[in-house]
Amino acid sequence: MSTQALKAKNWVAEDKKKILKVGLCGNPNSGKSCIFNELTGGNQHVGNWAGVTVEKKIGHANFGPYQIEFVDLPGTYSLTAYSMEEIVARDYIIKERPDVVVNVVDSTNLDRNLYLTTQLIELGARAVIALNMSDEAEHKGLSVDKELLAKLLGMPVVSMVGNRGIGFQELLKEIVAVAEKEEPVSRHLHINYGIEVEEEIRKIQAEMRKDPALTAAYSTRWLSVKLLEHDGSIKEHIQKTSANAQGILEQLEKSHKHIETILHEESEILLADRRYGFIKGLLLEVFHEKAAGRRSLSDKIDKIVTNRLLGIPILVGFLWLMFQTTFKLGAYPMDWIDSGVGLLATFLNGVMPEGLLKALVVDGIVSGVGGVLVFLPNILILFFFISLFEDTGYMARAAFIMDRIMHTLGLHGKSFIPMVMGFGCNVPAIMAARALENKSDRMLTILINPLVSCSARLPVYILLAGAFFPQQAGNLIFGIYVTGLVLAILVGQLFRRTIFKGETAPFVMELPPYRWPLFKSVMIHMWEKGSVFVRKVGGTILAASVIIWFLSAFPRNVDYSMDFDRAIAQTKTRYEAKIATSVGAAQKRKSAEAMMAEVSGIKARKEKERVSKSYAGHLGQWIEPVIRPLGFDWRGGIALITGIAAKEIVVSTFGVLYQVGGDAAADSEGLREALRKEMTPLSALAFMFFTLIYIPCIGTLGVMYRELGSLKWTLFAVGYSLGLAWVVAFLIFQGGRFLGFGT
Amino acid sequence: MRTMKLSELEVSGKCRIVKVTGERAIKKRLLEMGFVKGTELYVEKVAPLGDPMELVLKGYHLSLRREEANDVQVERMQGG
Repeated sequence: MSTQALKAKNWVAEDKKKILKVGLCGNPNSGKSCIFNELTGGNQHVGNWAGVTVEKKIGHANFGPYQIEFVDLPGTYSLTAYSMEEIVARDYIIKERPDVVVNVVDSTNLDRNLYLTTQLIELGARAVIALNMSDEAEHKGLSVDKELLAKLLGMPVVSMVGNRGIGFQELLKEIVAVAEKEEPVSRHLHINYGIEVEEEIRKIQAEMRKDPALTAAYSTRWLSVKLLEHDGSIKEHIQKTSANAQGILEQLEKSHKHIETILHEESEILLADRRYGFIKGLLLEVFHEKAAGRRSLSDKIDKIVTNRLLGIPILVGFLWLMFQTTFKLGAYPMDWIDSGVGLLATFLNGVMPEGLLKALVVDGIVSGVGGVLVFLPNILILFFFISLFEDTGYMARAAFIMDRIMHTLGLHGKSFIPMVMGFGCNVPAIMAARALENKSDRMLTILINPLVSCSARLPVYILLAGAFFPQQAGNLIFGIYVTGLVLAILVGQLFRRTIFKGETAPFVMELPPYRWPLFKSVMIHMWEKGSVFVRKVGGTILAASVIIWFLSAFPRNVDYSMDFDRAIAQTKTRYEAKIATSVGAAQKRKSAEAMMAEVSGIKARKEKERVSKSYAGHLGQWIEPVIRPLGFDWRGGIALITGIAAKEIVVSTFGVLYQVGGDAAADSEGLREALRKEMTPLSALAFMFFTLIYIPCIGTLGVMYRELGSLKWTLFAVGYSLGLAWVVAFLIFQGGRFLGFGT
Repeated sequence: MRTMKLSELEVSGKCRIVKVTGERAIKKRLLEMGFVKGTELYVEKVAPLGDPMELVLKGYHLSLRREEANDVQVERMQGG
């Protein structure tokens, strides 16, 4: 056959490939993601599962005549309905009915890992067991009789070393064999729950069979077992959909009572006992421990890292390194992005014709895109560290060490890293809250995160503290940071007691053995976070920046109180005449400088008037009655509105409104001088605290919307922060006045 | 043998699980993690600030707050 014909044949084959759907499940730390990455390479798509902020990863692999779609299910210990992750994994297996489920099992910890396998057996899923980290098990002197294990589980078993590429061909072969029902070992078995419980299961099943719709969709045995375990979502499902709901639930009630009277034990304890009993029996036959367990390297490392005295200093050291690298090193690429965007703007300014489109593209879109990209260096570097911490196993130790403190604040040990990173920037910090498995812990951490004062708010503090409290500036700014933290704790406690009442997650966290991180998986993780941010959050930020730009740039034709252009022209002619008549170069230069100063003064007045007559200006004036009691005038209002785009913009807006120019820096003496004429120390103080608390910037809002997965909660964050900011500023300003300050 | 609370066990103390009580969600999670009757475990260490504790059972390490360990009844084993 010619090469061309061969190619054509392949092409046809490619087109006719048979598609298989495969779900990957396994315990956290079983190396599941590593196997997924190896199977699918860079060919992945990351998104969220419908309706919840649990990551959904899909990838593809070609194997012979098959195209296999792999779905990386969240890592879970079980398939009950107690966390979003478990519901997602379970629903995928029940509702999407994958051709095969691959259960990744950590060979060094079979006992607990096989618990999930017992649930797959109950679900009747067609599965392949991937015995991962078999090299580590061997090293530890553990050996498993694979063939016997496969026979006893009714599922083929493949030995693998995920991080060294071992066992993948065999895994793919078994996937195909199970999918095509050609695997002789595959069979469906039941775990025996003992005579009494089995009898009750049969009774519940009998009630279920009266509803053919229910039996058609699910295994009645599985449903009965779940009901006996008090599975809330199954109960709800039956209540809502089954024609015989009453009969089933009445029987369930009887069965519960019967089991408890006869066996003196709750049914869920009995079921777990039996499952672990099944595993124990299994391991007795297939599992051999050659050498007595000696102290592993991991334990030795842990002795130091979580040591009573050294644990906290080591953690602080790592955090310092992470913080400095993320925000100090990250500042360089951020500057490059800034100047790149600046160059692009200048270029477009030169080539595009004057007009509305140019203004939209240059001032609205280009700077908006810059506003999105500028977050990327922080996100990438932070997630480099986070994946390093996760992959080595250090993240769990950090949570272990800090949990005592975080728990008294109503949070979880794992909230610690997002809270600390918030001091740099809330955007990556909120993304880091994904590490929290429990929904209410995660939401709480996200909701209070903006109260941790990020670095973008610092220029506002520097400007105002420098203007009004030059002697105490350092202490004052420190005090603002502490206030933010205290408010975060108070608000956290309040929300925990009201909104998230009774939803505290148990702190049952595995401390996995330390492992070497894989460069590839760290890179994949960073890439995912960066691309998800740009794709899913970028649009929101861009749209919001264009809106804010529009508010401050429109209407285009402002009714100026005087003809500024004519005034500029007149000034120029006046000075030019003066320059022409003056004698000597020094004299001429002096006149030229005076002209420039006068012209830029007029321009600043024009810009001030333009901004105050823009939509943002109208808004600022419109909200003045609301912010008057806080000691702010309409200028403060405009600055706060434009500050939603990014909080440091408050400074440049003040620059414009006080006629010192939009490029005024936070330490500009001219701007401070101007502010001192219009604000009192008390109103400046109130303004600083208002800036600390009010609406997070649009970058933060965008990422909150994505991570909370709900517009309602995002608006709630806006509402509570505005309310709280107003109350705090009001107390400062009115309280201060009452006490006789700042008059 | 006298039963005690898991939270009362000192570092390197060994014990056997008798029963898990307490709130359903926590009980369920602990059962799934292997806290069934007869499972042996020992306290590896406690965190630098005194809570949570680190336990070793079924060949893996787990951290548990004392608050939750209060709901686990155990019996002390000799040699622990």
